[in-house]
Amino acid sequence: MTANMRTLLLFAGMALLIVLEGSTTFLGIFGGSWNSALFILTFGLLSAIMSLGVNMQWGYAGLFNVGVVGFVALGGLAPVLIATQPVSEVWTSAGAYRLLLALLVGAAIIGLAITLNHRLRGRGRVIALLVTLVAGFFIFRAIFDPAVEVIEAFQPATYSNIGGLGLPVLLAWPVGALFAAGAAWMIGKTALGLRSDYLAIATLGIAEIIVSVLKNEDWLARGVKLVHSIPRPVPREIDLQADPGFVDFAARFGTDPVTASTILVKLLYALLFLAVLLVLIFAMEMALKSPWGRMMRAIRDNEVAAEAMGKNVTGRHLQIFILGSAVCGLAGAMMVTMDSLHNPSTYNPLRFTFLIWVMVIVGGSGNNWGAMLGGLLISFLWVKVEVWGPAALNFLTSGLDPDSPLRQHLQDSAAHMRLLTMGLVLLLVLRFSPRGLIPEK
Amino acid sequence: MSRSSNPYQDDRGNKDRSITREGKGEVDSTRKSGSTRPAPGGPFLAAENMTGGYGAADILHDCTLTVEQGQIAVIVGPNGAGKSTAMKAVFGMLNLRGGHVKLDGEDISELTPQDRVARGMGFVPQTHNVFPSMSVEENLEMGAFIRTDDFKGTMEQVYDLFPILKEKRRQPAGELSGGQRQQVAVGRALMTRPKLLMLDEPTAGVSPIVMDELFDRIIEVARTGISILMVEQNARQALEIADRGYVLVQGANRYTDTGEALLADPEVRRTFLGG
Amino acid sequence: MDLLNAIVALLNFVVIPATAYGAQLALGALGVTLIYGILRFSNFAHGDTMAFGTAMVILFTWLFQSMGIHLGPLPTALLALPFGIAATAALVLGTDRAVYRFYRKQKAAPVILVIVSMGVMFVMNGVTRFIIGVGEIRFDDGARFVINAGEFKKSTGLAEGLAFRSTQALTIVTAILVVAALFWFLNRTRTGKSMRAYSDNEDLALLSGISPEKVVAVTWTISAALAVIAGTLYGLDKSFKAFNYFQLLLPIFASAIVGGLGSPLGAIAGGFVVAFSEVSITYAWKKVATYVLPESLAPDGLMQLLSTDYKFAVSFAILIIVLLFKPTGLFKGKSV
Repeated sequence: MTANMRTLLLFAGMALLIVLEGSTTFLGIFGGSWNSALFILTFGLLSAIMSLGVNMQWGYAGLFNVGVVGFVALGGLAPVLIATQPVSEVWTSAGAYRLLLALLVGAAIIGLAITLNHRLRGRGRVIALLVTLVAGFFIFRAIFDPAVEVIEAFQPATYSNIGGLGLPVLLAWPVGALFAAGAAWMIGKTALGLRSDYLAIATLGIAEIIVSVLKNEDWLARGVKLVHSIPRPVPREIDLQADPGFVDFAARFGTDPVTASTILVKLLYALLFLAVLLVLIFAMEMALKSPWGRMMRAIRDNEVAAEAMGKNVTGRHLQIFILGSAVCGLAGAMMVTMDSLHNPSTYNPLRFTFLIWVMVIVGGSGNNWGAMLGGLLISFLWVKVEVWGPAALNFLTSGLDPDSPLRQHLQDSAAHMRLLTMGLVLLLVLRFSPRGLIPEK
Repeated sequence: MSRSSNPYQDDRGNKDRSITREGKGEVDSTRKSGSTRPAPGGPFLAAENMTGGYGAADILHDCTLTVEQGQIAVIVGPNGAGKSTAMKAVFGMLNLRGGHVKLDGEDISELTPQDRVARGMGFVPQTHNVFPSMSVEENLEMGAFIRTDDFKGTMEQVYDLFPILKEKRRQPAGELSGGQRQQVAVGRALMTRPKLLMLDEPTAGVSPIVMDELFDRIIEVARTGISILMVEQNARQALEIADRGYVLVQGANRYTDTGEALLADPEVRRTFLGG
Repeated sequence: MDLLNAIVALLNFVVIPATAYGAQLALGALGVTLIYGILRFSNFAHGDTMAFGTAMVILFTWLFQSMGIHLGPLPTALLALPFGIAATAALVLGTDRAVYRFYRKQKAAPVILVIVSMGVMFVMNGVTRFIIGVGEIRFDDGARFVINAGEFKKSTGLAEGLAFRSTQALTIVTAILVVAALFWFLNRTRTGKSMRAYSDNEDLALLSGISPEKVVAVTWTISAALAVIAGTLYGLDKSFKAFNYFQLLLPIFASAIVGGLGSPLGAIAGGFVVAFSEVSITYAWKKVATYVLPESLAPDGLMQLLSTDYKFAVSFAILIIVLLFKPTGLFKGKSV
């Protein structure tokens, strides 16, 4: 069996799983609902894009990014800032404009600190840096705090934020990628620029910070108070259901308009996501075949030799780290767009960092198709185990007295089967198929 | 090492200090020893007809090394001649396809390196031969790890042999000079009271004065009845103190004679000693 | 008098909490740094090992409480601690046998072990939630305070109260004892020295007759014990919640790296550096400042540099600053 044949078969199997999920309930293993199948598909495609980003970093350059959740979250900010309507009431000189000024001042202070760090040496450097940063911090807060107060005081129940630009939401996708790329540039510059590579801990830390900023800075995107009804690139279900043409259309398929509308919307998203994913994979495959890709591989396979040949290893690493993070940011923006909801409390590192890693490893590090398959397959499992877990425990504990506390406890805990299963899948694949389902060529 | 044939060893070039630490061991710690057989007669150490290498290609070809009790044998030869490999083969760090290693009337070909240490072999690797963060005294203690009896006496003997170590016994070995570190390394190997001491280029990277000093100490060790097998870059000086010399070329014995005879051999002088 | 009040306030809100937190971080970081030193990878499952161990301690605590066994003024958890350690050590050693050992045999690259530890993290996380759920659990009992704020005010006549909770005192005392025992073990015993030797040079240790498998087993056991102690003390001091323990991974890693990975002394220093920075940067200094400064200079705001939600940002900033100036950490770690 050739490698291509194997890939094709695996993808066919994956497609079959999704079709089965949509068409049959076979002993309760599948949902038998096209809604559920398409949900898994869209969820899987989004995850596949994230795992594509991580795969670029890990698979092609050996960069260990454990801050995926941060980049996804940052990308998810873009739909709010781009597509929602501006809250013009807070765009006053005491409000949002002052806030912008504060951010500019903050950036200037950091710029000054970096310049000083480069120009000065020894004790002078430490003192100058300390003075700049401490004084700068207080100056920044002095401008920033009152502005935030003004913004957050405006209709806290609906707004308390600066709003967005009111632009088309699709524009938010590249912008989300840009946000993530910007953060990645800063992290990479710092962590890869140290004498040793400290990227892992740096990404772990910055991701926590990004998520806590999104949770707590209400002026930015209302924090945990959520932003609802972010504009969408596809029609809304309610509008479809109200459209007589659509109702007729649904009736011709023999379905009720509610189901038909949710399915159609999900289908549109799935197509949109699939298009983005395929464009990304195509671009990546092209890049890998180009001289740039060959150089990346040369660096990974023998960094010392590549460095001796005059290749700028750190520079290349920084490049690919930014690109990979941008892809994660793109996925984040797409996810928030689909949910039409910005909810930073869902950004859990287990779900958005470590699960993505499971996808990459299971799919096959260094292989884009592998990353895609891993994304789809693990998403499928992630969703389905939640259903299977209680069912399995129900079956296993059927011998126990229905009122026994042990049975109660086990059934209550079934929800946690998910993490356990994901861990086991990762460990089993690593052990028995360390190159993943679709190994790198 | 990235992109090796073993997928578990593929780190994809990752060098992230915050998650991994370099310097993993190379010796297979999970291998189990086979049995030994009595093999009386012959020289004290007889590593005969050794053939083998690390991978598919052989590095050693029918190579033979012998040492008599209390004698110094030196292996010399050009770069890439398989000198260190031959010594590692004697120590069991190489899979042999042919030949055997006998020590003190016993065939130990099937033993792992760690079990050969217990049988009386001491080995001083060329590099990474001390525990850098541990004090000199702790290094010696670790050398005596397999001993269950009191090793204070042996430690005193090592200190007598290398007085500078006694002075610096509280200092971490990693902070010592190159020559002193070699002394720690030799001292550590002596702590098991080996019957055979194997030294892989003990004078690599030390100054000529220190080198002479080290050679003097090695002669002293040999006088206590310990056999010595040594690989040396500084062929001329090494052969001067050698009872027996081996000139290896491409993993095979080219010349074998007493050190004196080899030094006198015009062919050896011309080809290997630079005139 | 004002100065005394300021000192008491400082002790009460910064020094005591930070010391207790620092001790907890230090114990956690010691476990991470030992695994890093000996097995050469950062164990992402450490936070969840802490969670699992603490869950075990809680179960045993409940068992003892239901049997009517109490330790008087001390929390019952202290009695449950050895059992929790035993259970966790068994789990960790079992994991090593079933999972990690294979990769050692393969001479796997350390970064592969990091990924493996992610898998173990998922499993342990799931197991812990399975056993004890995701809710917040308080399991401290016994005396609440060593020094009670109200009584302190009465007896000293100061306006500021000093509260020294027994869990904080317990944390500090336990941490000191554990750290002393660990250092004695590493520097004075044959097994401890063999661990250091193995960390320094695996091959040479092997050739000296040190058994790698034994060193690894001892390391896992100690690291599990440290994790359970750290987790239990943290849980007694604050509360137990599985997810919070997972999140402790960042400050613990930061402590280990700030101190210098692989250096036990560094792990302790790192723990306190991180804890004191976190607490003092997220503390509202208004109270202390009002006592110390003349009335005219009294601050209007809270004088809180950062909201407590950003405490992780502090660990991270400290980490970057230290790495910029001392790439191997405060105490020369094994990283370069």
